[in-house]
Amino acid sequence: VSIQCGNMFRAVFRLSATGARSLTRSRPCYSAPLASRCYSHGKVETDEEFDSRWVTYFSKPDLDAWELRKGMNTLIGYDLVPEPKILDSALRACRRLNDLASAIRILEAVKDKAGPHKDIYPYLIQELKPTLTELGISTPEELGIDKL
Amino acid sequence: MLATRALSLIGKRAISTSVCVRGGHGVAKVEDYALPNLSAEQKSLKEKEKGSWVALSNEEKIALYRISFKQSFAEMNQGSGEWKSVVGGVFFFIGFTGLVVLWQRKYECSIEHIFCVYGPVPHTFEGDYKEKELQRMLDMRMGPVQGFSAHWDYENKQWKK
Repeated sequence: VSIQCGNMFRAVFRLSATGARSLTRSRPCYSAPLASRCYSHGKVETDEEFDSRWVTYFSKPDLDAWELRKGMNTLIGYDLVPEPKILDSALRACRRLNDLASAIRILEAVKDKAGPHKDIYPYLIQELKPTLTELGISTPEELGIDKL
Repeated sequence: MLATRALSLIGKRAISTSVCVRGGHGVAKVEDYALPNLSAEQKSLKEKEKGSWVALSNEEKIALYRISFKQSFAEMNQGSGEWKSVVGGVFFFIGFTGLVVLWQRKYECSIEHIFCVYGPVPHTFEGDYKEKELQRMLDMRMGPVQGFSAHWDYENKQWKK
């Protein structure tokens, strides 16, 4: 299932801040597989389907290092910030592959993806905190590599 | 020897995309895709990574990060001061051009006419001609409302104060 709707409909991440909520509400394709405002034929993937597809991808027990890198690079290439549950799945994949460096890199990458929206990254860390503590992944801030 | 070791690590795929067969340089450098040669200390750290990450100290975590990634995001995204050199160079060359223009003006009409850059001005610039031109403009009432002739007092035949 390819993502057919224009980029502005691909804001998968639902911001809890009030300001940005209006952004997501105004999308005509919001969880409507056959919405009339879509720009091409065919069924449009909902946000939930997108998320679960990626969670499943990273949850594969025998995911290898290449597939992890490929998946992350593809995900970062999209015009969105991934949901915490996708990142959780990816971090656990890093743990299975004994790759702490990649886990920290993932956190750096999503902070970079959020761009000027400074409130996204703290929210993600807040949601991922249980996983981070469980697996022992330090955030880039804790290690001091977020500064020069 | 490095090439054969690299070959065994990643196979021929990455090598073929680089300009040189050995993979030492080119688009897909071998060192971008394989772990670097690890020192004994790094190898033992890699072994420790297989255990619980809670047991790793911050320094060890940073060391593991640095094995895989040359630069952090902050280092990667930092700007350089190059723009200052560029702007400085632009000003310098504009200044140099200004000097050239000044030189051209000074030497536009030397006696020997050797350095003449600009030729002689047309006869329409001579004082006599200019007076006649000005009179003609007033006679034609050029710009009578807000422009040229509006400043001329036709009764007293002088410029308005």
